[in-house]
Amino acid sequence: MQEKEYILRVQDLKTDFKVGRKTVHAVNGVTFDVRRGKTLCIVGESGCGKSVTAHSIMQLLPPNGMIAGGSIDYYTPSGACETLSDYKRNGSRIRAIRGKEISMIFQDPMSTLNPVYTVGSQIMEMLKKHEKVDRAEGKARIIRLLGELGIPNPEIRYDQYPHEFSGGMKQRIMIAIAMICNPTLLIADEPTTALDVTIQAQILDLIRRMQKNYGTSVILITHNMGIVVEVADDVAVMYMGRVVEFGSVEQIFANPMHPYTKALMKSVPVLGMNKDRELTVIEGTTPDASTVFTGCEFAERCESARPECFQRFPKDTVVEAGHRVRCLLYEEGGKSNG
Amino acid sequence: MAENREILLSIRHLTMEYQPNRRLFEKKKPSVKAVSDVSLDIYSGETFGVVGESGCGKTTLGKCIVRLLKPTEGELLFRDDEEMKDLLKLDRKTSFALRRKIQIVFQDPYASLNPVHTIREAFDEPMRVHGIGGGSREKRTQMIADALKRVNLQPEYMYRYPHEFSGGQRQRICVAKALVMEPKLIICDEPVSALDVSIQAQLLNLMRRLQRETGVTFFFIAHDLSVVQYMSDRIAVMYLGNIVELADSEALYAHPMHPYTQALLSAVPVPVLHEKKERIVLKGDVPSPMNPPTGCPFHPRCAHCMERCKREKPILQEDMEGHLVACHLYREKE
Repeated sequence: MQEKEYILRVQDLKTDFKVGRKTVHAVNGVTFDVRRGKTLCIVGESGCGKSVTAHSIMQLLPPNGMIAGGSIDYYTPSGACETLSDYKRNGSRIRAIRGKEISMIFQDPMSTLNPVYTVGSQIMEMLKKHEKVDRAEGKARIIRLLGELGIPNPEIRYDQYPHEFSGGMKQRIMIAIAMICNPTLLIADEPTTALDVTIQAQILDLIRRMQKNYGTSVILITHNMGIVVEVADDVAVMYMGRVVEFGSVEQIFANPMHPYTKALMKSVPVLGMNKDRELTVIEGTTPDASTVFTGCEFAERCESARPECFQRFPKDTVVEAGHRVRCLLYEEGGKSNG
Repeated sequence: MAENREILLSIRHLTMEYQPNRRLFEKKKPSVKAVSDVSLDIYSGETFGVVGESGCGKTTLGKCIVRLLKPTEGELLFRDDEEMKDLLKLDRKTSFALRRKIQIVFQDPYASLNPVHTIREAFDEPMRVHGIGGGSREKRTQMIADALKRVNLQPEYMYRYPHEFSGGQRQRICVAKALVMEPKLIICDEPVSALDVSIQAQLLNLMRRLQRETGVTFFFIAHDLSVVQYMSDRIAVMYLGNIVELADSEALYAHPMHPYTQALLSAVPVPVLHEKKERIVLKGDVPSPMNPPTGCPFHPRCAHCMERCKREKPILQEDMEGHLVACHLYREKE
């Protein structure tokens, strides 16, 4: 039953980076599930480990990074379970999955496309790598997809170079590269951060439409709470390498529990809000990633921190079905889960 | 806003054209109009917001006001001792004296502080040049310490180097650096867009507090409509170098008139559950300013485009009290 419902289960994932003699725990015990055909949003500020989590799933970590613990289980459409975290990076199995079944869109479309190849050949490269198609058939498929993605004159655009495209159009090409093999899971790492709001609206619309048409599951990484409400089914809030709160979008927004989630929501100005209201400030700054904690990572910036918070790590507490929070405030009431 | 408002800066028909670089023997390229015929008034003590997407000319406008760029045409009338002076036609001495009255805070706090100077040195140079503190080093040090305290930083930090600070702290240093010159007007060019959300709130609250304390006027440039709306008293919406709408911040949010403003407002994702609003998704991209469309600059993407829009450029006119819009939809047919 689980295999049918979930496409990806990440259990207690730990990813370390070696920086000089120090080891930085960029991801420090992350647990979440992605439901089939649904969208999971990972929210957090810069340096919280959200991109590293995505790169760990794809096995795209730089040479000084490695998965130090935990498991990433991917359930293929046929129901088989593949433990991605056990695969060797650049091994043949992960390379067969990467791009074909799980693909990724990166933040900056300006720097992820190769400037010396036409966009058509860059999409074709992906297609040829994973499927046996002849050129003409492949080209027809790519042109059809480009049209679907709202690129005018796809036949002409196919032979153009990235510099001839605007930022929003380049991001559509990135989506085309990611979608050409009909992946079952799409990971989008801040896909709209480099774009203007009106273009952002177009791209989000597009991802939603592609998801509906192809039944793709999506992990969307963002720092914008507004985007989360619009596209997410489930939400994971991350802080300093941990998921501090996980739940459905209704649970998180109607009933945020972790002090960090609450503060994050009140710290952004919302269109049309009362201007006499002061924004809630999260005091201090995000600690350095190499800091070693003895208790809750958020304690020093937390308004409801108690002495206990500095002494031991809070456990993941289930407060209601599907809603987990990692905070001492809720530990007594709920059932403990690890 | 108060009834008897005093105009601090009056921008009249400001145009800024960039001449693209020309190689030897190359034909002359057409110039790019980054700001075309912009007129607006900024009142003392208010926060005037400018929003628009990248390439709309908002930063160019800001740089023209601080005179980091020399506008091609137009006037910048600035109030100095009850007298309006055109900043672009001043003799050197007055021009120099007025420079300290208009300060700027840049977008990228990592690029706007010199890494080889301590904070004290960075503050000290413009103060010395403008003779602030009467040429006394102790006095200046005292003033720098006060300025740092005002932005919630410890005075001892003045002996540190920029790399020792986080992005949010650097941006506060930049605000303090602008304030120490005792300016009348501070141009804030996307001051929070490089910062994380939790740090963003610290800076926005700080700027509002400083304005209450010192009465300084802010010219607040940003692409994030929610931030501009929260900070500003009045807002101008720019598109391809033109102001398409100018109104009080509440009025702009409640009754956006220009189709572009409506689309812009509807495109902002709002972090509130079940607030499904009718979204206007604009077709296509912003046209290149090298090759602007004829007539209304917005007409190729506008849902209400009429024949007239393609031919004739609408001018910014007052439709309601203090609400200006440049759109043919609200004009009588001639």
